[in-house]
Amino acid sequence: MPSGAAVQRYWQQTRRLTLALLLLWFLVTFVGAFFARALRFSFLGWPFSFYMAAQGALLVYLFIVFVYARLQARRDAAFGVADPQDD
Amino acid sequence: MPASRPVDRSVRPLAAEVPAQAARRYSARLGRYYAWFTAGFLLFVLLLGVGERLGLPRVLIGYTFLFATIGLYAGIGIMSRTTDVAEYYVAGRRVPAFFNGMATGADWMSAASFIGLAGTLYLLGFDGLAFVLGWTGGYCLVALLIAPYLRRFGQFTIPDFIGARYGGNVARAIAMLAALMCSFIYVVAQIYGVGLITTHLTNVDFSYGVFLGLAGILVCSFLGGMRAVTWTQVAQCIILLVAYLIPVAWLGLQHAGSPLPQVSYGAVLERLGQRESELARDPREQAVREVYLARAAEAAARVAQLPRSWQDGQEAARRSVDALRMRHAPYSELREAERALARYPASAEAARRAWQEEADQNAARGAPLMPHAEPFWSGQADPERAEQERSTKRWNFLALVFCLMAGTAGLPHVLMRSYTTPTVNQARKSVFWALFFILLLYLSAPALAVLVKYAVYTQVVGKHFSELPAWVAAWSRIDPSYLRLDDVNHDGIVQLAELQLGPDIVVLAMPEIAGLPYVVTGLVAAGGLAAALSTADGLLLTIANALSHDLYFKMINTTASAARRVTMAKVLLLVVALVAAFVTLMRPGSIVSLVGLAFSLAAASLFPALVLGVFWRRANAAGAIAGMLTGFGVCAYYIATRYPFFQGMLGLAPDGWPLWLGIDPISAGVFAVPLGFAAIVVGSLATARPDAASARFVDFLRMPAPPAAQDLPAPKNR
Repeated sequence: MPSGAAVQRYWQQTRRLTLALLLLWFLVTFVGAFFARALRFSFLGWPFSFYMAAQGALLVYLFIVFVYARLQARRDAAFGVADPQDD
Repeated sequence: MPASRPVDRSVRPLAAEVPAQAARRYSARLGRYYAWFTAGFLLFVLLLGVGERLGLPRVLIGYTFLFATIGLYAGIGIMSRTTDVAEYYVAGRRVPAFFNGMATGADWMSAASFIGLAGTLYLLGFDGLAFVLGWTGGYCLVALLIAPYLRRFGQFTIPDFIGARYGGNVARAIAMLAALMCSFIYVVAQIYGVGLITTHLTNVDFSYGVFLGLAGILVCSFLGGMRAVTWTQVAQCIILLVAYLIPVAWLGLQHAGSPLPQVSYGAVLERLGQRESELARDPREQAVREVYLARAAEAAARVAQLPRSWQDGQEAARRSVDALRMRHAPYSELREAERALARYPASAEAARRAWQEEADQNAARGAPLMPHAEPFWSGQADPERAEQERSTKRWNFLALVFCLMAGTAGLPHVLMRSYTTPTVNQARKSVFWALFFILLLYLSAPALAVLVKYAVYTQVVGKHFSELPAWVAAWSRIDPSYLRLDDVNHDGIVQLAELQLGPDIVVLAMPEIAGLPYVVTGLVAAGGLAAALSTADGLLLTIANALSHDLYFKMINTTASAARRVTMAKVLLLVVALVAAFVTLMRPGSIVSLVGLAFSLAAASLFPALVLGVFWRRANAAGAIAGMLTGFGVCAYYIATRYPFFQGMLGLAPDGWPLWLGIDPISAGVFAVPLGFAAIVVGSLATARPDAASARFVDFLRMPAPPAAQDLPAPKNR
């Protein structure tokens, strides 16, 4: 088990990443939907707000979950707490 | 069809093999099994298709689909039977991320997602996308705030986590009750869906359908618990995605010019918009709308003149029966009049409800046409009131999205699946794969809604009644609630306002709308069945495990042997399944519509306690108890006093309970979740700091560790 200071650092970095990704999540979901009526310019053939609610935001969600898993796995390795079952 | 053989050999590293290699080998083997399974399933569908060409009757195709798939699930269940506690509760914690993701996806995609979602989008247009956003974006919360920490905790249930983090059986018991409540409402709706689909597939009676489906669920989960459910859910995930994506691709080929309409339906949406404005200007459409508005006004006038209008109407109905009797009118005419009298509202209060509904329905049909892509649309003519309605719709949209998301991150049957992966990192990856498979369906549903709407607006609306596609007549014959056409202006041509569609038809009739053979209709029904069964499996297991693990083992008999615990879990599973089936057989249509409420309840009662348990060290038992009770209480209060079904049950006056900020009761969580968080904070700060063991436990959760250091610290109540 890493030392207390390392635990602190690990947690601080995790929290920062979590917060950043939650911000992105909030932005595409709630800010996007709030301004849905204003954001109706054409985007790839869709009205932008419709595209975002039907596809864009969903793909961003997938991206958020992907980035989180990837960066946290890297952090685990850096702190020496990765599980040998993971590659 | 070749049944994929689920794993019964454990992931034992060979000599000179590191664990990562063993895990990879295991994943590869599973991948081979399920690849064969998928190929076999496609071949099976193809063979049935050939059979149909050669004259295999439709009923037989339906039965084949029903029994082949249920038999398959049962087979997997029997092969995965187990009496081991870890196997039974959490599939031995060795389900690789990819497959755990598929199982989570099947767990998640219920009958409502598979059958209802596209129809909801068809009817609500942009506003329906709240469900799409809410039911996918919730996975961000699961991934970032909950799943890795639950896996690190590594026990068995969600109340387990609450009990261990906060200590004491009170918190555990409240969490258990909340988990039971949301899961039970949900499982009844799934079993109801199973009954409906089985009836649709084979024309057997609804109650047989329920028990047939129940047999499929039980054979699987009874013998093998989570382990059997996991490997069945992976198979169900494949079946339901194949069943959804094949007809969508075909429909896309027809209308969007590509088998991937998810990418190219923007053009169809634009054409749909043009068709909508054409229809909006059509004078015949306006004429039909006026007929409905006149009917609405007439019904509203009757409501306004209550109770007089009720007495007059009853008197008139009686007199017409008497008059017919007096002049010995033909029997059919007399019977019609007698029926009208029998159907007449029994009291002025009943008349108010029935006529108000009549007025509302007619007013809705007379409302101007809703443009599909328009956010927060309002049909009000008066600009000021329209703006007001649009603002209310906007806030309701945001509130609903929030509740569905937080509910996703609070529903125990989804969160349970974080326990089944081998490591913390696999739990994170598993959420990615779950969302990936869910998106395959959720990216298709909005496309499907637009394609079907375009097909209906061009192939049905504006056509003469004699030249309608065959599926229209076929479905209106099955049940008018699927599809109804009334030629109210007697011009022999279908106007859009004359057409009434039930939401379920969009998916169920999709193969016929696309002109596909009957075998695809069977395939879609089998997919819907897989969706409902897989979700029901997960939910039943959640309920039975909460009762057997949290109530029996943790609170009643803490020294029960492992074998006894598993037996207990199996018995409880059987009991819960039978109770759920019994409730389903009473056909609680209103319970089905209550599913949305389960999300608000889960969000309000469990989500804050789970999140703060990890992210706020200072949170303690008093706070958690206050938070769960507040969240649950506020949510239940708002729903009970504002939801028409409960108002009726409690005898409350419908207009005595104004909505808070105009928010619908389905989104009660938007008030209850923040209040739940606040109550945890206040309750925790008002009482003593949690002890050192609890602090160690939080540290333990926050930091993944290699297996060497994987012993739990020991907070109280473990």
